[in-house]
Amino acid sequence: MIKEDKMKIDRKKAKEEKEIKEIKVSKKEEKEQVENSPRDSPRERESKERKLVVPGQIVVKGLDFLPGDGTIREGDNIVAIKFGLLDTVGRLVKVIPLTGAYYPKKEDIVIGKIIDITPVGWVVNFNGPSTGFITLAEGTREYVEKNADLTKYYDFGDLVAARVIAVKARTVDLSMKGPGLRKLDGGLIVKVNTHKVPRVIGRQGSMVNLIKEETNCNIAVGQNGIIWIKGRTIEAELVARNAIKQVEEFSHTNDLTEKIKELLTKSRIKEIKE
Amino acid sequence: MPYTKRFDGRKFDETRKIEAEVGVIPNADGSAMFCFGDTKAIAAVYGPRTLYPQHLQDPTRGRLKCIYDMLSFSVTERKRPGPSRRSIEISMVTEKALNPALKLEKFPNSAVNLYIMVIQANAGTRTAGINAASLALAHAGLPMTDLVSSVSVGKIGGKICVDLTKDEEDYKEKDEKDTTDIPFAIMPRNGKVTLLQLDGKITSKELKEALQTAKKVCNQIYEVQKKVLQEALNK
Amino acid sequence: MAESFNKKKIESFLERGKRFDGRNLLETRKIEVQENIVNKAEGSAKVKIGKTEVIGGVKLGLMEPYTDSPDAGTMMVGVELSPLSSPDFEPGPPNERAIEIARIVDRGIRESELINFKELCVKKGELVWCVFIDIYSLNDDGNLLDASALAAAFALKNAVFPKIKDDKVQYGELTTKKLPLKKDIPISLTFHKIGKEIILDPILDEEDSSDARLTIALTPSNIHALQKGGEEPFTLEEIDHILEIAEDKAKELKKELKL
Repeated sequence: MIKEDKMKIDRKKAKEEKEIKEIKVSKKEEKEQVENSPRDSPRERESKERKLVVPGQIVVKGLDFLPGDGTIREGDNIVAIKFGLLDTVGRLVKVIPLTGAYYPKKEDIVIGKIIDITPVGWVVNFNGPSTGFITLAEGTREYVEKNADLTKYYDFGDLVAARVIAVKARTVDLSMKGPGLRKLDGGLIVKVNTHKVPRVIGRQGSMVNLIKEETNCNIAVGQNGIIWIKGRTIEAELVARNAIKQVEEFSHTNDLTEKIKELLTKSRIKEIKE
Repeated sequence: MPYTKRFDGRKFDETRKIEAEVGVIPNADGSAMFCFGDTKAIAAVYGPRTLYPQHLQDPTRGRLKCIYDMLSFSVTERKRPGPSRRSIEISMVTEKALNPALKLEKFPNSAVNLYIMVIQANAGTRTAGINAASLALAHAGLPMTDLVSSVSVGKIGGKICVDLTKDEEDYKEKDEKDTTDIPFAIMPRNGKVTLLQLDGKITSKELKEALQTAKKVCNQIYEVQKKVLQEALNK
Repeated sequence: MAESFNKKKIESFLERGKRFDGRNLLETRKIEVQENIVNKAEGSAKVKIGKTEVIGGVKLGLMEPYTDSPDAGTMMVGVELSPLSSPDFEPGPPNERAIEIARIVDRGIRESELINFKELCVKKGELVWCVFIDIYSLNDDGNLLDASALAAAFALKNAVFPKIKDDKVQYGELTTKKLPLKKDIPISLTFHKIGKEIILDPILDEEDSSDARLTIALTPSNIHALQKGGEEPFTLEEIDHILEIAEDKAKELKKELKL
């Protein structure tokens, strides 16, 4: 068993090494292709050629490239330290993880639930490594009196879209200041793999805008994989939910946008008939 | 009688049939299954998450917390559910076998929870568990400088063998136990050993030979592990 | 955590007779059963209901009988909600939820007299078989309760006796003799009330929105175990309604699963 595998892998290895050398060339080609076919987002385009790498794998030999996220330099080599897709932007090599828990970054928008209220602010659960905290100053522009009833701003169980302003040792500081950051009333919650969020959003928001337009729903997407949908009818919300679930499931396929468009059109026809 | 032919007809440096897969537990942040023949282990990773109680937190890096357990019916005589002295020790050495490959500096005060469950046991459960765990940690998207590959190597009736079965562990010569068992794990890329235990009796010359064999076999296991991850998306 | 947010949504959708995953209110997810999957166990089964997955196994041991029933074997059911199977499960000894599931499964088997304990007597007053049934969750996506009962039923169904020599179990050596089981294996069905509606086989989203639940373990002739859970009460009419459905559903499942 092992022997067979080894032979296959040896062949694969040889191929990989060849691919590494070709990175520079294929990158240029990609750029041209993208310009020629504006309908395909660069992500969709590249996924055809990108490959999966594993921790410890040497992904670039030589000093022509720089190690980015998910890689380190080791002597003359760049080594992957994460499992994911190898990506090259300019001279920067990085690994885009496809699996694993959400880990917050500064400026991420997350959606979470108020689970506690303290005299100095609100505690938020957003499925992160720790809870988030919104101070009074970051929670509202209003002046808050001492001993004021904080539930009138955000109550226990409220859902909020917030921005990560700092990832600290035991907490993540969140802010409600910024466009679109607010309490999310009603609506339907969908959870998706955090690594699929960029696909749900699409290039410059193309995917989420498509779903919004076709379903007439209001949609807020958290980097933490929590998505809020609010439409006029529950049916519309479910169509949007299904579309998002489809994006998650088929994120790696080509012409994803077309597929989702088709799905949405079909659901709309069905809805009208009903 | 010296051990000239293995009970199951394998070569002395041949493992049992290896099967592995990632993503076996949908709820987990990362998960994997690994089999040496009918020894089967699954591993699930959750986290990183802030570690409680607070006094266990390390402000310089995240901590790996491992719990190894066996299904009560994974062995011939029912194992009482819950931790035992054996499982607590194995949990600890597993943690230490995997820790050197993990780079958890970016996750201070956090814990990565690793749960290993032995589904079916026929010796080599901790090594199968480490192999599954290494895949599960990678599958959880955690930064690692390398995978960890593990196998047990031993001496049966004077012969160096890899991946011992229960029958081989119990091998007797003239009614006397004549088996040495050495669980072994290595980071294949830099060749550093992260798990080493032994029980039995062996000369240092034999041990050196056994370790070389273990290293060689771990490199083969490493290739299988890499392949499993690289092909994970095609499913 | 996000699930409970959907409670109101789930309620209004259920009122229209629909569910998130397109099922009818009383439709169960696809059930897959793999029998004899652990070769060291006397009997074993893995049960998948949708994405929920549990594994159950039977081991047999010899023991001295209880003094009040010197000629009868015994049984023990254990459930481990493994931390492997959900981010919400903690390591440690079984909590009240795990113990409740174990006891409901136990009662269904015991009260339906599925196992003929008299036939588990080896030497009256001295030696009887004890049937250990252990169930472990592998992935929780709702309805672990019914999945556990099914895993126990299938593991019992394919369990065989180990060999005995000098009043000791020869571990690892199995006979082909099956456990003495009745034909009528009980089926466990857990109904959940969400708002005004009654549903079967909830996904996690729905389970977290449940107001009340009622588990029924039944054979074609009788009801053998009931357990009401959840915070809200049931009306007698609701219970009548559930009982009516349960009989048909149990029949349906038995046929489908060949149990």
